[in-house]
Amino acid sequence: MDFWTLANALATGLLTGLVYGLSALGLSVIFGVIRIVNFAHGEIMVMGMFFALIMFRWLGLDPLLSIPLAAAILFVFGYFLQSTVISRVAHLPDHMQFLLLAALAVMIVNACLLIFGPDPQAINISYSFDSFDIGENLIIDKSRAYAAIAAVAISGLLLGFFKYSRTGKAIRACADNYLGAQVVGLKVSHLYALTFGIGAAVLGAAGCVLLLLIEVHPYLAPGYTLLAFVIVIIGGLGSMTGALVGGILIGMSEALAAIIFQPSMKSAFSFGLLILVLLLRPQGLMGKSVK
Amino acid sequence: MLKVENVDLYYGDAQALEDINLHVDEGEIIAIIGANGAGKTSLIKAIAGIHTPSKGSIEFRDKDITRLQSSAICELGVGQVAEGRQIFPSMSVLENLEMGAVIKRARAKEKETLDQVFEMYPILKERQSQAAGTLSGGEQQMLAIGRCLMGQPDLIMFDEPSLGLAPAIVQEVFRTIHQLNDAGLTVILVEQNVAVSLKLANRAYVLENGHMTLEGSGEELLHDDRVRQAYMGL
Repeated sequence: MDFWTLANALATGLLTGLVYGLSALGLSVIFGVIRIVNFAHGEIMVMGMFFALIMFRWLGLDPLLSIPLAAAILFVFGYFLQSTVISRVAHLPDHMQFLLLAALAVMIVNACLLIFGPDPQAINISYSFDSFDIGENLIIDKSRAYAAIAAVAISGLLLGFFKYSRTGKAIRACADNYLGAQVVGLKVSHLYALTFGIGAAVLGAAGCVLLLLIEVHPYLAPGYTLLAFVIVIIGGLGSMTGALVGGILIGMSEALAAIIFQPSMKSAFSFGLLILVLLLRPQGLMGKSVK
Repeated sequence: MLKVENVDLYYGDAQALEDINLHVDEGEIIAIIGANGAGKTSLIKAIAGIHTPSKGSIEFRDKDITRLQSSAICELGVGQVAEGRQIFPSMSVLENLEMGAVIKRARAKEKETLDQVFEMYPILKERQSQAAGTLSGGEQQMLAIGRCLMGQPDLIMFDEPSLGLAPAIVQEVFRTIHQLNDAGLTVILVEQNVAVSLKLANRAYVLENGHMTLEGSGEELLHDDRVRQAYMGL
């Protein structure tokens, strides 16, 4: 294997990883604030992918242009899911919350099966087969580059929202000290619903972006739920930058696995990385340890 | 200003408060004293809307607030410096103060209030970009008080403000309470430091095992044999 094969693989991995990171952000935001593990994570993202597919088929819309609408629709979906259903199980033990979200996941997968069928469906856009050639040897797919740029832009918007906006700060306050948030009169249940909505909107956006890279089918969902768990555990549960860093690491490790061994080994590499992190730094790379 | 009538409060099956009656007039300092677990904090949380009573009513300025959300009660002008301070440890001092002013009643004059708080506690201004969790206990208490003032309340409930603080800082906290009262704020003070709080208070209530057992002026209770025996070790 020569240098340029490796460089190409790493570049591809980095770009894919940024998209993974965006998706994992959706999980991290929800867990970090509401302390709910969203077992329907991949499923909600696949909803976003199918939405972008429909928009492409009907209107010929580039998936990147579907992002605002997909995010808006899934935001509303997430908001109502939290305020009408999930909030009712918030006081129950964790495993009962898991069941609710796992059930939701099954429902989404089957609804997608009913509507779209089980076959993988891809889109063909004008730049699907174009690439940026940097120098003579480094070749980067245009669609992958655009996907990564979109992922970085959305992640940046999200981090900025949480750092600078009043609402974003209020959401962080709820995560930091629930009782404290009640004491100062924050509308905690509204903020929780907003948070789930934002998490779901991120997944909608991530789904649109991901459609540039892979074909969509309903059974994609569970795999992406698992992948997002691996990423946030590596990055540190509840840490937003950790989710991005974890995403990049997983993207690159998958790409390396594909060239060093074979593409089907990529999950073994991801899980290997997970085990390594759990052994050496159980709180995750960017996570805070809880004593 | 505040009227609590026949309030019962349960945590699951455990009863925390039974038939609590209390009233607070505009401009007063009211002390609530009692042993650990007597229900003082439960009473504060019931008034603040963090826990909802199963029976009875709570009125603030003739408005029934018994079943209102905590955010709506803050909006009416009921502030709280909670037990254990309840600051946001990973957020900056400034962000903590901003969170105190998220309620709508506080938005218009947020800037002025912030200046007042910084004038009152210059150390908070110095450390405004530092994470609140890195402050000392005394500074965190100042932050909790400052954050509460950011909401521009008319009634402040202090829940064990002296807990875990050095004596010099405790003095400072009590002086602050006195000053705030002079400036027109009504105060409910829950304290273990019985002697000091009775001296400061116009009137006081004694809570025992979820019941109100005594009520009187601060001066009366200060000389009441039962209070002296039970809470002051005299």
